[in-house]
Amino acid sequence: MFTSTLFASILPEILILTIGLLVLVVEPFWKEEQRRNVGWLTAVGLLAAMVISLLFARPGEPISTLGGTVRFDWLGFFFKMLFMFAGAATALLLMDNEKVGHRGEAYLLLLASLLGMNLMASAADLVMLYLAIETTSIPLYILAGFMLADDKSTEAGFKYLLFGALTSTVMLYGFSLVFGFTGTTDLYQLADMLKAGNLELVTTFSVLALILVGIGFKVSIVPLHFWAPDVYEGSPTPVAGFLSTASKAAGFAVLTRLFIVAFPDLASSWTAVLAVLAAVTMTVGNLLALPQTNIKRLLAFSSVAHAGYVLIGVIALTQLGVASVVFYLAAYILTNLLAFGIVMAFSRVTGLEEITDYAGMSRRNPGLALMMLAAFLSLAGMPPFGGFVAKVVVFAAGVQAGYVWLVVIGIINSAIGVYYYLNVLKYVYLYRMPNQDEENHPVPLTRPYAIALVVLVFGVILIGTLFAPWFSWSDAAALNLF
Amino acid sequence: MDFPVLSVITFTPIAAALLILLLPAQRKNEARAVALAAASFALILSFGVYFNYDQAAAGYQFIEKYNWLPALGISLHFGVDGMSTPLVLLTGVVMFTGVLISWGDDDKHVMAGIQDRPREFFAFLFILASGVFGVFVSLDLFMLFFFYEIAVFPMYLLIAIWGWIVTREYAAMKLTLYLFLGSVVSLVGVLVMYWVQYQNTGVLTFDMLEMEKAGFSQIFQNIWFLPVFLGFAVLGGIWPFHNWSPDGHVAAPTAVSMFHAGVLMKLGAFAALRVGIMLLPQGAQSWSWLIMTFAAIAVVYGAYIAFVQTDFKYMVGFSSVSHMGLVMLGFSTLNRQGLLGAGVQMFSHGVMTALFFAVVGMIYDRAHTREIPELGGMNKVMPFAAIGFIIGGLVSMGMPGFSGFIAEFPIFMGVWGRQWLVAVIAIISIIITAGYIMRNIGQVFFGNMPEKFEGHLTDVTVLDKIAITTLCLFMILIGLFPGFMVPLVQTGVENILRLLGGA
Repeated sequence: MFTSTLFASILPEILILTIGLLVLVVEPFWKEEQRRNVGWLTAVGLLAAMVISLLFARPGEPISTLGGTVRFDWLGFFFKMLFMFAGAATALLLMDNEKVGHRGEAYLLLLASLLGMNLMASAADLVMLYLAIETTSIPLYILAGFMLADDKSTEAGFKYLLFGALTSTVMLYGFSLVFGFTGTTDLYQLADMLKAGNLELVTTFSVLALILVGIGFKVSIVPLHFWAPDVYEGSPTPVAGFLSTASKAAGFAVLTRLFIVAFPDLASSWTAVLAVLAAVTMTVGNLLALPQTNIKRLLAFSSVAHAGYVLIGVIALTQLGVASVVFYLAAYILTNLLAFGIVMAFSRVTGLEEITDYAGMSRRNPGLALMMLAAFLSLAGMPPFGGFVAKVVVFAAGVQAGYVWLVVIGIINSAIGVYYYLNVLKYVYLYRMPNQDEENHPVPLTRPYAIALVVLVFGVILIGTLFAPWFSWSDAAALNLF
Repeated sequence: MDFPVLSVITFTPIAAALLILLLPAQRKNEARAVALAAASFALILSFGVYFNYDQAAAGYQFIEKYNWLPALGISLHFGVDGMSTPLVLLTGVVMFTGVLISWGDDDKHVMAGIQDRPREFFAFLFILASGVFGVFVSLDLFMLFFFYEIAVFPMYLLIAIWGWIVTREYAAMKLTLYLFLGSVVSLVGVLVMYWVQYQNTGVLTFDMLEMEKAGFSQIFQNIWFLPVFLGFAVLGGIWPFHNWSPDGHVAAPTAVSMFHAGVLMKLGAFAALRVGIMLLPQGAQSWSWLIMTFAAIAVVYGAYIAFVQTDFKYMVGFSSVSHMGLVMLGFSTLNRQGLLGAGVQMFSHGVMTALFFAVVGMIYDRAHTREIPELGGMNKVMPFAAIGFIIGGLVSMGMPGFSGFIAEFPIFMGVWGRQWLVAVIAIISIIITAGYIMRNIGQVFFGNMPEKFEGHLTDVTVLDKIAITTLCLFMILIGLFPGFMVPLVQTGVENILRLLGGA
């Protein structure tokens, strides 16, 4: 049965698929040197898809469609828009990465993974969820190892594949146990079935732990974070940016929906575990970020730490908590994409990725340095950038739920974060290059970078100053779970 | 008043910062001109606020309120009272004089002012200034935090990039981490207050005027007063968390030291007063003995350490710790005289210390040393700076006829009313202060000029003289005519006393 609601519920996915097919058809007819223009096609297509979806496919009352496999609500919709925006930005950042962005396949893989993420955000059924997670992951394995001639990239792709395959198998085992115990795969019926099944706490708890392994890998919770630094370092930088933002946010979308919808009765037990994990994740992420010398590894550990902050919002188990998660992820996606975009723009010209290589950057390109300032201060949680409001809201949700101790750990961690983020800015602004003549070599930005970075910088400032509309959307999304 | 004067004051510097950043990097003089224009504009507006504040009506005036995020009760709520109006004026004055001092000169050999990347310097300085104005005028706790953090982070860059090369990295990082940790500790307290007041009243709001009515229990206030007050007081340089401050002052370039000691430390004291004492008054009463102890130690200890310094700038830095201790001492009395004195002292110390740092900067730019024993005879080459420093010194010693006396006398009266022993101990600091100020004036300005300086030093510039004159005028004006400021602060004090239960 093909109703308009059904159509609307998967319209973004249909549009993404259309762009993908378009890329497939168009690319072979373009000459070698024109192929980077697939990036424009992808980015513009995704933005158009966002506009169309916003106009025609806005959700109303939450409803399950496609035989109960897809939930059509604001939570999913808001995440979909975020992913598509991140996808468009990543496509722009890919364009001038010669080894990756000059081949149409890269964009196709990006779109395929985006399709999976969109379904992750709205999946309401364990089978659909698993399919969505795999659809997301497999293209990303390939993208991470896309630079075949580069050992590090190959290693990144392979490592990501091994870790991903292992954890998703464990998760699948958990899913199968859930089905075995309850006889349903529908998330929205699970809660009742679990109650009716009179399962022992130990049983359900171990099932939950198995599922948490798969999701924890996606969002890089300690101790499932080991892949992140190596994979980020080796992958093409825009792909690393995409992994650390959209892919992580998709994991959180699943985490919030799954845990709050399907396992609310076990809340007291799993929140306790997640609270400890959040504390450990923040602390380990930040402490390991301290000694890093490679900027991509630093950002990798910082993204692990940020996963810890977001978990505070999940644990709060309140509407404000979920709203804060959504808001935090929105701010974080913009900020981290900006950071990775700058790293990409810088290494494209210089070929360097060590933090010390950023010495004298403010003299070589003051504009890029300012953007870097915005990105890193936002990561550190300073106003007027998005990171500040996001952190305050998450901490507010934590305090409201009574997790004052966790918030205190959170603020101590923020201070550690401030230290290493400022340390990078110190190189950008303070230190000079060993050979001061080299400071006359500018770091030019090509057009796709300029567009992507400027849009992201405005986004980061906008979300940090005029935060009311963003928060209202996050709140609307959160409302659907309660 | 229909004209949204407070938001214009607050956002003028940041708008100017953006404008400056849009200028090409080589256009140094244009950047400076824009900076001066914006600073003058903000100064004129803050004068406007100061003289148009209706003392008879008292309370919060020039109110502006925009709902920023109704879902969480966050609003952009601006307003000033008798306590914050002088501080707004102070910020205007320091901003104006700070720009004059850092003008720099690309042609001459004197290393005065800011020559390296003035564009970025003024942009960061003005972002900081916006944050400072924002804190003084915000009546919404969330926005207060928002502006507070905006005032903290540019400090790192300003010190690390343009500071004294020997200690700047260390000092900048130390300062930022101290202030950041302090502010986030307060943040936790504020979030707890936010939810408890929601439980008590059912109104979700960060508005401080609403939160005053939250009815926090005595136990709650006792637990949370210390984290909130001390978290902010870190920026106010309270002992034992003052350690960042002299290092920061010394490492910072002149204009930033002026801002830092002149205005930023007031920010901490002011936020501690507004959030700590005014929202948790019973907690303040329970803990006032501890604050008084800390403050008294800061006063005497700061003065003593200043006395033994041989580095001119460290001496001024520790004298700031001592004088900010007096502000905290005034707060801790929780009575009319003490709070009144603290209010005036914030302004008085602001202009005085800005003047001190300006003069120290002028000397260092020319002599390239700050070691007091190596300096001497500066009066011959820069008489204007010498006069300025002497006036500042008299203020610092609390000499009648200058603003320092008007501020310090009521503080000691207030302390005497609470605990005479503390007053006796704290008064020792005046003697020590007189000692190191007199010694310095004698050595640096009137001693024998070392031979290496003969003929090499130049007088201060016209812009420097304008800055010195402006700052001195305020100190003398308040000293001779206390009516300029005291009745105004009095209205603010009455409001605090009302919250404290008419003590």
